[in-house]
Amino acid sequence: MKLLESEKEIISNELQDIVDEFQSKPENLIPILQKVQAKLGYLPLPAMEKIAQALNIPAVDVFGPATFYNQFRLNPPGEHQIKVCMGTACYMAGGNIAMESFERRLNIKEGETSPDRKYSLERVACVGCCAMAPVVVVDDKVERSVTPTRVDGIILSFETNGGKKEMETGQGKEGRKELEQSDREEPQKEGEHNS
Amino acid sequence: MSKMITITIDGRKITAPEGERLLWVALQNGIYIPNLCAIKENSRPSASCRLCFVEVEGFAAPVTSCTLPVREGMVVKTRSPRVDRLVQTAFELLLSHHRLECSSCPGNGSCELQRIAKERRLKLRVKRYKPLEYGTEIDDSPKTFVFDRSKCVLCGRCVWICHNIAKVGALGFSRRGLRRAVTTFGDIPLADSPCTECGLCVEACPVSALY
Ligand code: SF4
Ligand code: SF4
Ligand code: FES
Ligand code: FES
Repeated sequence: MKLLESEKEIISNELQDIVDEFQSKPENLIPILQKVQAKLGYLPLPAMEKIAQALNIPAVDVFGPATFYNQFRLNPPGEHQIKVCMGTACYMAGGNIAMESFERRLNIKEGETSPDRKYSLERVACVGCCAMAPVVVVDDKVERSVTPTRVDGIILSFETNGGKKEMETGQGKEGRKELEQSDREEPQKEGEHNS
Repeated sequence: MSKMITITIDGRKITAPEGERLLWVALQNGIYIPNLCAIKENSRPSASCRLCFVEVEGFAAPVTSCTLPVREGMVVKTRSPRVDRLVQTAFELLLSHHRLECSSCPGNGSCELQRIAKERRLKLRVKRYKPLEYGTEIDDSPKTFVFDRSKCVLCGRCVWICHNIAKVGALGFSRRGLRRAVTTFGDIPLADSPCTECGLCVEACPVSALY
């Protein structure tokens, strides 16, 4: 994923202060990562490189913990955050199908953010309402029994009216047509849209 | 110099410096114990491959020999039904994440997995587990070697060597669980990383993930 120029600027502005605040001790790595993520909302690679320099450790030793802990994200949060539950109950009920549907619809992979920063897609473990499996949390709203059709509905609601009406009434019929249209409009790379 | 002590391995009396780790004492004396992740110079073994189990008198359960310092009078058995079972399972788990294609593999004949299979009469086949999907992308960006991640058994030897002997730190562990992998920073090709192509990691790799 490519960073935008504006994002790079924010990174270089914010980072130095945080790094300066901690002594350059490797054992401060996790608190620094947490602080940087709190500031930026994610951990971009240039930030990790700077942290590594400040702590005088190889950059790969920052990359390791940053990719190990679920609390860290490597891509900027999208305007709409989609979290697909992959806990046991949801997985059994087809959570992976919901995930694949989102991946296909948004043309991004799990853990990624769309180039226009409108959507980010991630997996979470059990969110505590297994009876509603498969569950997807969309901007802190819990969606129950998410089938591929519902995935279309959720995305459609954001594409049409900013997500308000659609989210309350469930998927509307008239929306289906528009989705098909917007689908055609969006340039899709050859081969990525099969299955 | 540390004090010399006497221990017994499989009925054989062996003298060794006190505190030396059991795995190295055994290997030095021609007694083979399967191992992948151990590095003699590393004073903090990761003990992650779970292949070097032995029975030691006075211990309720088998112990990993790569972490156990020898003490006077220690009585060790390298084989027992419990040890064999642990090793068999650990071995099969490792194989489930390894692209098995021995006949066309550059490591055929010099591979540590083949050696373990031979020594312990284990099959180079995965029966009980569903083989994992492994990345098939091969990093052939370095001029002098190739990194084929589909063969990597995550022993961590290259990572330790690259950090502590080469003192570079181009390779490291990233991600977790089934996605755990040895990678560069940001998954970039090795040629774009700080790697100096010293080749020490290639020497250290017990399989043909680095060759
Ligand atoms: S060849 Fe490169 S990756 Fe391997 S130990 Fe040397 S510096 Fe590290
Ligand atoms: S590349 Fe080789 S040495 Fe490095 S972790 Fe994988 S198997 Fe071990
Ligand atoms: S497993 Fe998804 S809510 Fe519990
Ligand atoms: S050699 Fe002891 S656990 Fe790997």
